[in-house]
Amino acid sequence: MSKVINTPLSDEVTCNLHAGDRVLINGIIYTGRDAAHKRLAELLERGEKLPFELHGQVIYYVGPCPAKPGNVIGSAGPTTSGRMDAYAPGLMEIGLKGMIGKGSRSKNVIDSIVRHKCVYFAAIGGAGALLAEAIKEAEVVAFEDLGPEAIFRLRVENFPVTVIVDTEGKDLYEIGRSQFKR
Amino acid sequence: MRELSADVITNTVERLCVESNYFLPGDVKKALEDAALKEESPVGRDTLLDILKNAEIAERNQVPICQDTGLTVVFVELGQDLRVVGGDFNEAINEGVRRGYKNGYLRKSVVDDPFLVRKNTGDNTPAIIHTTIVKGDKLKITIAPKGGGSENMSALRMLTPSEGVKGIKKFIVDTVDKAGSNPCPPVIVGVGIGGTIEMTALIAKKALLRTVGEHNPDPEVAKLESELLAEINNLGIGPQGFGGRITALAVNIETFPAHLASMPVAVNIQCHAARHKEAVL
Repeated sequence: MSKVINTPLSDEVTCNLHAGDRVLINGIIYTGRDAAHKRLAELLERGEKLPFELHGQVIYYVGPCPAKPGNVIGSAGPTTSGRMDAYAPGLMEIGLKGMIGKGSRSKNVIDSIVRHKCVYFAAIGGAGALLAEAIKEAEVVAFEDLGPEAIFRLRVENFPVTVIVDTEGKDLYEIGRSQFKR
Repeated sequence: MRELSADVITNTVERLCVESNYFLPGDVKKALEDAALKEESPVGRDTLLDILKNAEIAERNQVPICQDTGLTVVFVELGQDLRVVGGDFNEAINEGVRRGYKNGYLRKSVVDDPFLVRKNTGDNTPAIIHTTIVKGDKLKITIAPKGGGSENMSALRMLTPSEGVKGIKKFIVDTVDKAGSNPCPPVIVGVGIGGTIEMTALIAKKALLRTVGEHNPDPEVAKLESELLAEINNLGIGPQGFGGRITALAVNIETFPAHLASMPVAVNIQCHAARHKEAVL
């Protein structure tokens, strides 16, 4: 059974999610990957305002395919999260509550997740066609010049993810592997 | 001498770029179905079924299996009795890539310089083209889009001959272990052993084109493939790294004679979206 949650996320919601839980996300999420994170970090460094309010929000590490005519978005599966590790703690510091990607996170990121009661979810990597079906609206909100790396505001319905790192710092990648290692 | 128009090459490359990204090869689908039957982890099994469902949706809606439609790797076997006319051979291929990625609504994933501005070229060119001259008057083109997530987890090492099979196995298993959940398992592990630094990488890439389930014709190499597959699946990484018995669908090894001082090994990791499509003109 999946847990159904709505964004933006509160501590009450994140603390109720545990590594290994299957979750369906509803509401608004924002996309961002390598180049967009670099620009967000530069804005923060200069003390400028971010292009969207980060408090309680979820960032999805994705660079979607262009939408075919009549479609909301093209295929849109997760990219490898580790490349955003350098930027994630700074964003959690100012209110980011959830991240969706794939692949393991650094100790530094996991420490920040625990400190700020955040959660790291994985969507199935390489299932971009399936995941796009849960995206109902998409509009670019910043950095349009980056093409697929622009920041999109997405409205999702029952977007399927799995909790990897929870507010206690438990990591499904470690737990799962030790369970099946021979 | 047989002549082939550059336009025909462009049109074929355009079609192959789109089809390779929309349709998962039958052997890969079959391997995923078999894996779903074998997987002991319930989450792992559900993940494999979702991956298969994704392939169905991509096929039905004619959209890419994965949003990372890759760098376009192109293998060409050019018959020596064939002459390409009416245009530049490499440009004909790049034009096909340009059209395929535009008209097929594929993601453009190439940046023009690797470490300075990193500006998107906007059309997914240049393609990575490997051309071999062969006998005959045909042209065989294989398009193999390669995603960044699994490519980033690949590795090459110049082992010394004294490290032997034990050293080779350790390097390969360690590379997959370290990659963990990052390269979108279940993966296909392409291995090159021998040659020079560039040859071992090239044959590791070529090993990924082999039909899943087929072994290297050399029984000793085939045995090594089976042993490595078992060891890798004992790592427990499982589908998407959620834990499970199926971390890899296949280990494909290609070999080449080496310098008497060298034993290079390349490990090219391929995600489960093991896309490739060929045509013979």
